Amino acid sequence: MAGLSGGWPAGRSPGQAGVFRCVAIVGALALLVLLAADAGAAKKKERADAITEAVGILQSARTAGQGSRENQRALVALTGSGERAMLPILTGFQKATPEGLNWLRNAFEQIAESLRASRKPLPVDALRAFVLETGNSADARRLAFDTMVSEDGRVAEQLIPGMLNDPSPEFRRDAVELLLQQAGKAEGAAATELYRRALAGAVHEDQVKTISEALRKAGETVDISRHFGFVTSWKIVGPFDNREEKGFGVAYAPETEIVQERPNLEAEYDGMNGKVRWQTVETTDDFGVVDIAKQIENFKGSAMYAVAEWSSPAQQTLQVRLGTPNAWKLWVNGALVFEREEYHRSTQLDQYSVPVQLKPGVNVLAFKICQNEQTQDWAQKYQFQLRVCDSTGVGVLPGPVVVRNGVSRKTALNKGGAE
Amino acid sequence: MIRPVASDVISAVVCSVLFSVSVQAGDWKQFRGNEANSVASGESLPTELSGSTIAWKAALPGRGVSGPVIVDGRVFVSASSGYTQNRLHVISIDAGNGMQLWERQFYAAGRTQTHEKMANATPTMASDGQRVFAFFSSNDLFCLDLKGRLLWYRGLGREFPNASNSLGMSSSPIVVGSVLVVQVESDAEAFACGVDVITGETRWQIQRPRAANWTSPALIPGRAGRGAQVLLQSSKGLTAVDPETGKILWDFDKGASTIPSATVAAGTVYVPSNGLTALKPGADAVEQLWNSGSISPATSSPVVAGNLALVLNSSGVLNAASLETGERVWQLRLRGPFSGTPVFAGGHLYLVNEAGVAFVVKPEADQGTIVSELDLGETILCSPGVSGGGLFVRSDGHLIKLATPK
Repeated sequence: MAGLSGGWPAGRSPGQAGVFRCVAIVGALALLVLLAADAGAAKKKERADAITEAVGILQSARTAGQGSRENQRALVALTGSGERAMLPILTGFQKATPEGLNWLRNAFEQIAESLRASRKPLPVDALRAFVLETGNSADARRLAFDTMVSEDGRVAEQLIPGMLNDPSPEFRRDAVELLLQQAGKAEGAAATELYRRALAGAVHEDQVKTISEALRKAGETVDISRHFGFVTSWKIVGPFDNREEKGFGVAYAPETEIVQERPNLEAEYDGMNGKVRWQTVETTDDFGVVDIAKQIENFKGSAMYAVAEWSSPAQQTLQVRLGTPNAWKLWVNGALVFEREEYHRSTQLDQYSVPVQLKPGVNVLAFKICQNEQTQDWAQKYQFQLRVCDSTGVGVLPGPVVVRNGVSRKTALNKGGAE
Repeated sequence: MIRPVASDVISAVVCSVLFSVSVQAGDWKQFRGNEANSVASGESLPTELSGSTIAWKAALPGRGVSGPVIVDGRVFVSASSGYTQNRLHVISIDAGNGMQLWERQFYAAGRTQTHEKMANATPTMASDGQRVFAFFSSNDLFCLDLKGRLLWYRGLGREFPNASNSLGMSSSPIVVGSVLVVQVESDAEAFACGVDVITGETRWQIQRPRAANWTSPALIPGRAGRGAQVLLQSSKGLTAVDPETGKILWDFDKGASTIPSATVAAGTVYVPSNGLTALKPGADAVEQLWNSGSISPATSSPVVAGNLALVLNSSGVLNAASLETGERVWQLRLRGPFSGTPVFAGGHLYLVNEAGVAFVVKPEADQGTIVSELDLGETILCSPGVSGGGLFVRSDGHLIKLATPK
């Protein structure tokens, strides 16, 4: 039958045709659903890609204000994505530049603000899981935590007690504070135990002081210096001339040796007041203060050099944190890592934090400290305190002596650095 | 691909380029006011202070010495918090009712250490009317729009890691045209720069004397075809620069204080130098008019009221000097010490001492009189802001508005 339109295919009965028609309709509908789902998935993927791209842009935000327009567009893209962007933003903290952290935080805060304004709930379960994963960025975890706490204070009660040894110093501080409150209400051995536990997590000076005072009052021994990881034994030589503050930039003989990784502790040098030799200076101060003015002499207008060994069990990135009211330079294994020419603008624990790369085995920390000729009472300190810690502020002690071929490696000093 | 959206900030950027910077009547846009001279022109504040003149108190999330700025009915103030003061806050509050509009937090990338009396949030914010700029002791510099959206960020503490002071930095940047002038001076590194308000990029940068310095830029406003001059003060003296280019226009090299800053009135500069020194600036030179060794500003900067230069000394005594000669005309003993710089509004001087006692003083030709005083009960170290009939001060815990009761 030619010319038929819309008829049944030849050889099929009307009954069969009905069945086929149903199948065809169902098939068409299924195809439509599939297409729609596909389109939805594609759109979702596109949105996810846009979020990923925007996070990537902000994550790598550059210094000096470069790329701010592109950053602004990425910020708008993220805030426009709403709740969907919250977790990707937090995850983006992990590899973000310091500039990127601030851009990502602003995006997250805007979204959280928008959710609050529209009375939409936060993705609490996802945020909580993010906070509990300690491998995530400490800043991002704290942001997620603070955002939840701003809506439900019980979150802090639930999470903080388990954060005494958290990688985030802020979480640790809160956990220590909680234990201090409990210890303040307890008595005797129970209180001592709580203070002991608190000390294990404490990384901040004020809390360590409070805990130590309580423990010592209870007859306990507390090694604060060890807790913080202070370097307490130094070889020091000087004074060298720094009158009129002209010695800061002068590389005296010990400095030349330090830079060449060959500090020779047996050497004798021409100092500002005659011949000088390295001498051992140790400190028993709780906070590792090496007081040159008291332990040696307050040579006005002088420079001193101090060296110490620090044995690392492996290659690692740590922080040297130091405090001094004097001008200073710091070398690690002969490489200058920071210098600062400032005199008598106060001093405190962790006044400066310098990231350092340590090699396996013996590392040499070398410090130049300069005193000027100010005569005011408040300008007479000649001291430094230096510790090694991780990024959380937890003190790190030198590792065991590295053994090579069955022979202990004793020192990098005293032999011109040769080993 | 991230595409610009209709409300894209780019549009705002383009608009801001095409049209002049918006100025709302009654704005107080930077440290010591729009012209950095502590004068609130056209403002009338209550002279009889009492509990009923406290319009509202708004809680703040962190410490701060920074003063409030007010733009288009919104107060903006910075704060810092956290054990190491590494949390930086920018808060926007409705000037009318004290309700918080938004709060943003950021991370400090520079050194956050300060003297305990100071805070990371010591420099006062600035605004060009469309954006606000928050600068901190850690040299972190943020630009946000009035709704709290980040427009750009500079980690100057990271870019210049030695430009810090272990006692803290306090210089408040000022906006001149499309440039934000930032002064960052310490013993170890010192510079001043002009930052593009739209992009955050550096337009110019000049080396400055390497010495601790807590002063803020002052301003000679541009008038009648003559360009504005920004005054950068240091222990060496006072330097005028072109805010557009950073070109040095003139230099006064007889030394100056490193805490109180210069002020400008009717084209004359009053600089804390060997006491107080009056300078007549030209386009490329400066002439000294007088020097008065007996008028010595302590922490607060001088304020010009009528024909008098008003200066708070270290004993909390308000000294009034003749603008013509620099000779002291009268003294008024107040209860110091003072950290903030007073403001002059409606013929009265408003001062708040560190203990939080606010004074209203009527400075007249031959004497100064305390009109009223009010104990706010909180340590106040900031310089007040004035807008819409309100005097705004902040403590570590609160932002407070004083105004005539409705």
